[in-house]
Amino acid sequence: MIKRTTMGIVFSNMHDNHLGSLTRDRTTGSVPFGGRYRLVDFILSSMVNSGVREVGVIAKSNYQTLMEHLGSGREWDLARKLGGLTVLPPYSSGDNQGIYAGRLDALAGVSGYIRNGKAEYVILADCDLIANLDFQEMIAFHEEKGADITLAYRREKILREGNENIVVFDVNDDGRVGQVWLSPQPEEEQNTYLNMAVMKRELLGKIVEEARSRNKRSFTKDILVEQSDSMLIYAYEVKDCVMRINGLQDYFDASMALLQPQVRQALFPVERPVLTRVRDQVPAKYGLGAVVKNSLVADGCIIEGTVENSIIFRGAKIGRGAVIRDSIIMAGAVIGDGARLEYVVADRDATIRDTRTLVGYKTYPLFIEKKSVI
Amino acid sequence: MMNAGVSLPFVKEVFSLRKKEWIAMLLAGGQGSRLYSLTKNLAKPAVPFGGKYRIIDFPLSNCVNSGIDTVGVLTQYQPLVLNEYIGSGQPWDLDRQDGGVFVLPPYQKSSGSDWYTGTANAIYQNVPFIERYDPEYVLILSGDHIYKMNYEKMLKFHKEKEADCTIAVLQVPMEEAPRFGIMNTEEDGKVYEFEEKPANPKSNLASMGIYIFTWKKLREYLEEDAATPGSANDFGKNIIPNMLAAGERMYAYAFDGYWKDVGTIDSLWEANMDLLDPKVPLSLYDPDWKIYARNPALPPHYIAPGAHVQNSMVTEGCVIEGTVDFSVVFAGVKIEEGAIVRDSIIMPGSVIKKGAVVDYAIVAENAVIGENTAIGARPEGMEDISGWGVTVIGNDVTIGAGVTIMPKAMVETDIAAEEVLVK
Repeated sequence: MIKRTTMGIVFSNMHDNHLGSLTRDRTTGSVPFGGRYRLVDFILSSMVNSGVREVGVIAKSNYQTLMEHLGSGREWDLARKLGGLTVLPPYSSGDNQGIYAGRLDALAGVSGYIRNGKAEYVILADCDLIANLDFQEMIAFHEEKGADITLAYRREKILREGNENIVVFDVNDDGRVGQVWLSPQPEEEQNTYLNMAVMKRELLGKIVEEARSRNKRSFTKDILVEQSDSMLIYAYEVKDCVMRINGLQDYFDASMALLQPQVRQALFPVERPVLTRVRDQVPAKYGLGAVVKNSLVADGCIIEGTVENSIIFRGAKIGRGAVIRDSIIMAGAVIGDGARLEYVVADRDATIRDTRTLVGYKTYPLFIEKKSVI
Repeated sequence: MMNAGVSLPFVKEVFSLRKKEWIAMLLAGGQGSRLYSLTKNLAKPAVPFGGKYRIIDFPLSNCVNSGIDTVGVLTQYQPLVLNEYIGSGQPWDLDRQDGGVFVLPPYQKSSGSDWYTGTANAIYQNVPFIERYDPEYVLILSGDHIYKMNYEKMLKFHKEKEADCTIAVLQVPMEEAPRFGIMNTEEDGKVYEFEEKPANPKSNLASMGIYIFTWKKLREYLEEDAATPGSANDFGKNIIPNMLAAGERMYAYAFDGYWKDVGTIDSLWEANMDLLDPKVPLSLYDPDWKIYARNPALPPHYIAPGAHVQNSMVTEGCVIEGTVDFSVVFAGVKIEEGAIVRDSIIMPGSVIKKGAVVDYAIVAENAVIGENTAIGARPEGMEDISGWGVTVIGNDVTIGAGVTIMPKAMVETDIAAEEVLVK
């Protein structure tokens, strides 16, 4: 456990605009993933498993599903009298419009929460990473370097253009951050920022106050780019399995990566479980004639057809003679008898009627919106 | 400074313990000796069932779904797992400010301490607990049956009949009646006679071990029973016959759903298999009558490319690489490549290694079945069917590679590789 007390601040809405219909009615944090989870579960569980006992989740819009999912924080052992989980919805006052424009703006809206915290350190993080991280090591690194701010990064090849929310930076031999770039060009391996930062809570409070008085809104532009000389900003390399969800294709690819045993081992070690809301579903039931290969299946499913290379969420039903390949079927979706799906992502409670055929392509999966009937 | 003048009623007021119309007392102290190695380190109500449940989840969920918010769970035998499992009662929504679930082991009193000597004695020793809620009615349950029942309907019946005691009964086939406590009733359900395991039964209304008592009446009989030397202090043997003999108003409440006593290896195996049979009227999928359980935090189960899974239930956290047919597989089980599991129950955390074959068996928690080991057999392959039965591998038992375990065997200790266990 972390010797120093640490609190977490999670941004649930960052990256909403990259996830299309998945975030039409929900935050990035509440996007379903991996058969039984929502994206926020990974960062929350990483924090809790690292000894964090106080987490604020900043919500901006569409956060009903997030609130419902998090509840009192009980499943993460965060229903506490001291600390625990606090959902921080937009707060509008005289000089604040409520809906924030950047990370610093969002933090300004919760400056009271930061100020009233008791923890020595604070971890800032988003919900776009699928990872099981140990923050103790990062904080030990931070202390050892005597850093003001420590940023988590990984070595990563940037494959596509249009990465306006990806930040890369130089790291010198000592681990200090040099030059910082936004929206990098695709090229060989670079140091990409994972939008996770550690610093003293008091320092964060000061940064937020100063930013407010100077009308600065972006943590990246106004702090990391502007202050990389005047502050001791260090970079901590994350070598664990990390998958970033920066678009629908990433979502599909990261989901399918769960079918690899080494990815599941890295994400779901027994001693550091990924915690999520309990739904009290029955175990999955396989009927006569079910054929299932290379797939993840959650509790509550009823499978009577063929399922290959797919992720089946809680309570989904696959009808007789239906054939599901390379697809993601979310909670409560019903796939009719004899239907055929390939490269489809069916959102929650979608219904695909009997004998319908829906085919996407590996690099262009077909997304079926929540509750739609086809 | 302590104020000696503060009396109990004052304290009661401060903590505002509200009067309850009814509370439930769940008898969970039974040893379950007929489940052999499955209950060696475990009270019977804590035995795993149906992929992700334990037996006690059924009566506890029934209580909550029937609107009962205060449940006393009477434990005695091997209570450790059960205590930990019940915890704060949160999985059943029984972590209440007002009421909730309470584990009630026997405790020391100023005049000495006693084990629970019988079912009635267990309730008698907890009269002070019940009195704190000042209930009108008390529901008495046991922790060894699988069923879904709305106790609220039974309470309504109890009130309509102005009964002192209502006993839930189930129609059993006449030839099975001699195994049960049988209620002989008048047309309106009034019980005029109770026969424990009668050789020549007059009716087929079997007691399900579920009673609603008007509390004041029950307390009288519990006190009388406690003062009777030589009494077995048992509901079926003493309280019910005594009340009947004294002419109290006793009614049989007919229940017609699925109900199964899982007190033996065979009935436990059958009840699990019933979950796979679409004709059996026990649906766990009813969103209005969920069965709650404490859930481990495990990822969805993974079915590998070479696996075959049909006619089975599989729970989260499993990895299935082999063949599973007509089986119930609990959380976190691994079934390796080439292994075959048929007509079996594999409890949480067990591993079936490569090439092992498990037929008609119950493999308890965290057992390891070695490579190419054969557990049990199929009845159709037996020359002498009388020697056939369900095989049981106990908790935490490791069986080496290439072992053959005969049908009906009960294995409680590790077995080295290449042995044959005939027992």
